[in-house]
Amino acid sequence: MSERILTEVISANPAMIRKQFPLLDQQVNGNPLIYFDNAATTQKPVQVIDAIDGYYRGYNANIHRGIHTLAEKATDAFEQTRSVVRSFMNASSMEEVIFTYGTTDSINLVAQSFGRKFLEAGDEVIISEMEHHSNIVPWQMVCAERGARLKIIPVNDAGELIMDHFDQLLSPRTKLVSIVHVSNSLGTINPVAEIIRKAHLAGARVLIDGAQAAAHLPLDVQELDCDFYAFSSHKMFGPTGVGILYGKKDILNEMPPYRGGGEMIREVTFEKTTYNDLPFKFEAGTPNIADVIGFRTALEFILEISKPLILQHERALLAHAHERLSKIEGLRIIGTAREKLGVVSFIIEDLHAFDIGMLLDAAGIAIRTGHHCTQPLMKRFGIEGTARISFSVYNTFEEIDFLTERLLKIIKIKRR
Amino acid sequence: MSDKSINRIQDEIIEEFSILGNDMESIVFYIMELGDKLELLEDKFKVDSNLIKGCQSKVWLNAEVEDHKLILNADSNTDITRGLISLLVRTLSGQSLDDIIHADLYFIEKIGMNKVIGSQRSNGLTAMIKQIKLYALAYKTKLQQQT
Repeated sequence: MSERILTEVISANPAMIRKQFPLLDQQVNGNPLIYFDNAATTQKPVQVIDAIDGYYRGYNANIHRGIHTLAEKATDAFEQTRSVVRSFMNASSMEEVIFTYGTTDSINLVAQSFGRKFLEAGDEVIISEMEHHSNIVPWQMVCAERGARLKIIPVNDAGELIMDHFDQLLSPRTKLVSIVHVSNSLGTINPVAEIIRKAHLAGARVLIDGAQAAAHLPLDVQELDCDFYAFSSHKMFGPTGVGILYGKKDILNEMPPYRGGGEMIREVTFEKTTYNDLPFKFEAGTPNIADVIGFRTALEFILEISKPLILQHERALLAHAHERLSKIEGLRIIGTAREKLGVVSFIIEDLHAFDIGMLLDAAGIAIRTGHHCTQPLMKRFGIEGTARISFSVYNTFEEIDFLTERLLKIIKIKRR
Repeated sequence: MSDKSINRIQDEIIEEFSILGNDMESIVFYIMELGDKLELLEDKFKVDSNLIKGCQSKVWLNAEVEDHKLILNADSNTDITRGLISLLVRTLSGQSLDDIIHADLYFIEKIGMNKVIGSQRSNGLTAMIKQIKLYALAYKTKLQQQT
């Protein structure tokens, strides 16, 4: 399909995209489902479901060590995903692509392996005020163990990192900077290229939490020059239980494995074990084979539509949502960064986010409410939580209009 | 003080909800409305010792005993939860300690609350009922020791 036709398909005829997602075609509480919880997890196109089904029906076998036909077929399919992931993020080699169980697992791997080896008493790790708990707690744990300190980049009222403050935090003591690419609560796109450049000048390594970015923004880890990049399959049309950790080969080689077991060894005796090479040294135990295989079809789905077109559609949805919601009296959008991606967090005067979420659900609209695993960020804005809508390629302008109508109705009933 | 039995109140609630039918929006709005009618809890009772903390909503529950009857006052920071606890207060507040201890709150299932609030939050409601029964049992034990 030409680019022009594809643009039209997404923006004018989303039915073409939507029909690839069987789940979307259902009624919830008597209304057609509107799924606005894509930052939590996206729905899965039929190709992904079929790939997983096909594996279990046709060639389920344990991988890498088997010599029979099924084992080879499964191994090939599994490693084919690694190859597609490599090219998806433009890593320089397959050895730099490590399968984990999700972004959280990827960050824990770096914290436990890199952190325990390289962090010493008095060293510092820099994160930000807008991090997901998954990019806070692993660092708190390893810092406490190593006697290192956690430093926090604050955010301004728009929900952007205060970069001057980052400059002041950087010092020869900084060993690692771990920053979210796109905030799950605010949608803010952080200036990660600048952060990486500055951190490297200070001699620090950089991990980027790409959970909310990988499906949307262009991703070239070599151009970014990040040391680590972490993301999850299930937020990009793939199955749950699969994550990716990209790491630069030279650093990964210096890092010790942090889980022991099968797959990650070369030779085991009771006296001493030698470890396998990259990437297997970090992939102990039987991996999530079926879902890794399914993930490949999810990536191919994204590439087929093309990332720029998906982004264009999501930006249009975001602009439409901002325009509609900002006209609602008593509604305040939390997160108004200049650089922002398909997430709108909001609060409404006199209405708890929980009530908003329950009332929208009664109308068939799925949103997320609460602190979104970013309690320090909520504290910074002086709120308990927000109602959050987040978009994907299958969402439509009409869905946003319907949401707006329902919000107006809820507010009207509440105020009478 | 309630002069109706727990079961009679439950049956009334079931009847009220049956009028709403299956329209989820009407049900949720109705629960919210019920919350508006719940007597406000004085701030002095909104203390941590009275707090039942869920993931998103907080509930403060204060229980006192008067003439062998349990008097409940409760509040929440969310409208829907306030509506749900108003149903518990309506059913159980003013009832005798023994009746509360032995109460079978069938109305929750009958009005389809699991479907409305989901099983996880339903567990929260169950925990609240358990807490109320524990208060009743504790007061009963205390009164028995005094006599």
